[in-house]
Amino acid sequence: MDYMRLEIPARSENESFARVVVAAFAARLNPTLEELNELKTAVSEAVTNCILHAYDDADSIISIKVTAEDKTLVVEVADQGKGIEDIAKAMEPLYTDKPELERSGMGFTIMENFMDRLTVKSQKGKGTVVTMSKNFGKTDGSNH
Amino acid sequence: MQVQLIRRKEKLIVRLKGELDHHSAQIFRDAVENELEKGTVRDLIVNMENVTFMDSSGIGVILGRYKQVKAKGGKTVICGAAAHIQKILQMGGISKIIPLVRKESSALEV
Repeated sequence: MDYMRLEIPARSENESFARVVVAAFAARLNPTLEELNELKTAVSEAVTNCILHAYDDADSIISIKVTAEDKTLVVEVADQGKGIEDIAKAMEPLYTDKPELERSGMGFTIMENFMDRLTVKSQKGKGTVVTMSKNFGKTDGSNH
Repeated sequence: MQVQLIRRKEKLIVRLKGELDHHSAQIFRDAVENELEKGTVRDLIVNMENVTFMDSSGIGVILGRYKQVKAKGGKTVICGAAAHIQKILQMGGISKIIPLVRKESSALEV
């Protein structure tokens, strides 16, 4: 089992960096371009959520852990910020508590669509952990 | 992300180059708002030919510009979005309210 950990301050400049790092780690699973785009988008959504919602201070830390086992990648994006009071509501398509920032409220929906599994654990005032996994490639071992 | 602005009479063409995420959305937003405030353009064409990445922040910022343009009686058209970008535009419901065309030349005729 391979893994990597990344800790970054919750600054928007780091969104692109986080995407690239996770994509680079995923390369060992021979992803298609489509799978890579989907993975990067899901990571971007999770990291952006931390930056926008978890913290008021951009120096707080976002922790990303990625694990690769067989053809499955598990990505964990964690923060020690405000936490989500109502997880089900937060995950509703189009729901956002920051409409003034032109947020579409589609972050979790995109994560759900582009990854194979998604779980969210959170406690108010204690932080949030978003865990998502994606299965790469065909089971017969062929790559395209 | 880089933003290039071109005016064709009452149409504003915005050519985006690079990644459209939460970090870069502000650049797009500010550029368009500045032009709209001048009052010389009415319609918006968003050229996404050179957009290599977009997440839901792109949906939000495009919708925001769509509403601003619509409030002044204008139209918005998106051109050149790659397949994986179109997928996200569709998920965000944008393709239902904003036409997606391939070429900038077609967008000018909408």
